[in-house]
Amino acid sequence: MSVLASIDLNTLGDAFGLGAIYALMAVGIGLVFGVLRLVNFAYGQLIMAGAYTLAYTTSWPVTASIVACFAVVVALSLAMDRLVFRPLRSSSPAVMLVTTFAVSFLLQAVALIIDLRDGTLGEVASAVAPLNQAITVGGVDIRKVTFVAVGVALGALVALALVLARTTIGLHTRAAASDFRTARLLGVRANRVIGFAVVVSGLLAGAVAVLLTVQNPFVQPAFALEDTIVVLVGVVVGGIDRLWTATLGGFAIGFVSVLVNAALPTDQTIFLPSVVYALVIVVLLLRPAGLFAWGRRAAMERV
Amino acid sequence: MGSPAPASELERRPEETLRASAVSRSFEGVRALQEVTLELHRHEVVGLVGPNGAGKSTLVNLLTGFDLPTSGTVELRGREITRWSAHRRTRSGLARTFQHSRSFRALSVRENVEVAALGVGARGREARRRAEELLERLALTALADVRADSLAQGDERRLGVARALVTEPAFVLMDEPAAGLPEAEVPEFAAVVRAVRDDHRAGVLLIDHNMALVMGVCDRIHVLDQGRTLAAGTPEEIRGDLNVAAAYLGETAVDTDA
Repeated sequence: MSVLASIDLNTLGDAFGLGAIYALMAVGIGLVFGVLRLVNFAYGQLIMAGAYTLAYTTSWPVTASIVACFAVVVALSLAMDRLVFRPLRSSSPAVMLVTTFAVSFLLQAVALIIDLRDGTLGEVASAVAPLNQAITVGGVDIRKVTFVAVGVALGALVALALVLARTTIGLHTRAAASDFRTARLLGVRANRVIGFAVVVSGLLAGAVAVLLTVQNPFVQPAFALEDTIVVLVGVVVGGIDRLWTATLGGFAIGFVSVLVNAALPTDQTIFLPSVVYALVIVVLLLRPAGLFAWGRRAAMERV
Repeated sequence: MGSPAPASELERRPEETLRASAVSRSFEGVRALQEVTLELHRHEVVGLVGPNGAGKSTLVNLLTGFDLPTSGTVELRGREITRWSAHRRTRSGLARTFQHSRSFRALSVRENVEVAALGVGARGREARRRAEELLERLALTALADVRADSLAQGDERRLGVARALVTEPAFVLMDEPAAGLPEAEVPEFAAVVRAVRDDHRAGVLLIDHNMALVMGVCDRIHVLDQGRTLAAGTPEEIRGDLNVAAAYLGETAVDTDA
């Protein structure tokens, strides 16, 4: 009967796996937010495009399929910035947010048109599915993808942290995130910094596309849509003003979702979002600046 | 206080001058600045004073490329730069500090200076070396790894100066550097201003309301009132000018012997 009893090591593995994937999404969203002040609701559609790429290249060697996925997602990410965000760069955050909603729906509609050419909704990305098989570690079954997800997330986060801390483009990105106008005055090239954020954010979306498709090979236009909403909530809960708190927020909401899902009786899992969002409301009431935001400074650092 | 160190003949040449010639700026019919001419040479400190709304900020914005004059020209080292971008001016030897310091709060003190060095073309390691050097000179080395938003006021002002000096400027415009500075730290900052003039041989345009600082460090003072030049001269001349006393200095003119 106890809630904790239903949380076994298996579930814990899944929780880390989803937490890692959501953390990657949070970084992708947070990085662009830091530089452009733009909450990209259409981030999920980058992932969806990657998932479709994997589905349509199932006959290719897995590596080629994954490379194609990254290429499509990064190209789409750049196109989104060039065609939509750049013309709106001086618009208010509200205008930009609403625009990303429009982009999100547009891309879902385009995906629907492409998908329905064969008369059925949805495609199956079977090539990457073997990663979903379980391996037994010390008597506990853990899916391979969990290890891959956690590994990729840790690797990507460490690599990004190093790039931001040690390189010129990283320094420029952090300066731009801290004060874009002054950064430009001091010679930081806006388009280079934005381009960097957009490409990295696209690479992360590509990685997430692969990981999510492994877990759920059935790809349809709404693929990753709900995940994106959950991650956006997680990012706000963590504190969107700082990249690392946003990332922790993404991880936390993925982790908690899996635990809540396991704790709920099987016939009650429909209440999963209700429980998770109720927790979110409680957290925001207690810590309006974000779960991991400490003190006055929290609102200032963005990357 | 301090021995006045007038700019030498060499430094009065047009190549070593920042000059606003008869600049005017109107905002929807309101004349914020009318036919103001101001020259700044290397190796001198010129004070720009006047009551709020006198046009000081407007003039600084025209000089630094944040705004365009309605008429008149700005010249930097013999070249007309009236329509140049702010960053291009910085690369050509005109640096500024900001009223609200505008340091990158989330970056370390060293990184703040490094970004400015990169902006004028220094590459990775060279930018870092120059940043270290400036931090050393402005006594900020011990704070190099501290986040900029945790600095005390005085340290933050020196960071602003370091960020300007790392671009190796011929001219530095300081926008109200003493605003919010504890009175006790003003003499220390005055020494920093003099060092910019004497050690870096840069020309400094100092905009500030702190008359102790302005009278103490300036070689010349330019007084604006209602968008016009009210007076210009040495601190002694300005102190004796009744117009100025009436318009701006008022009672405080009497006790400014810092």
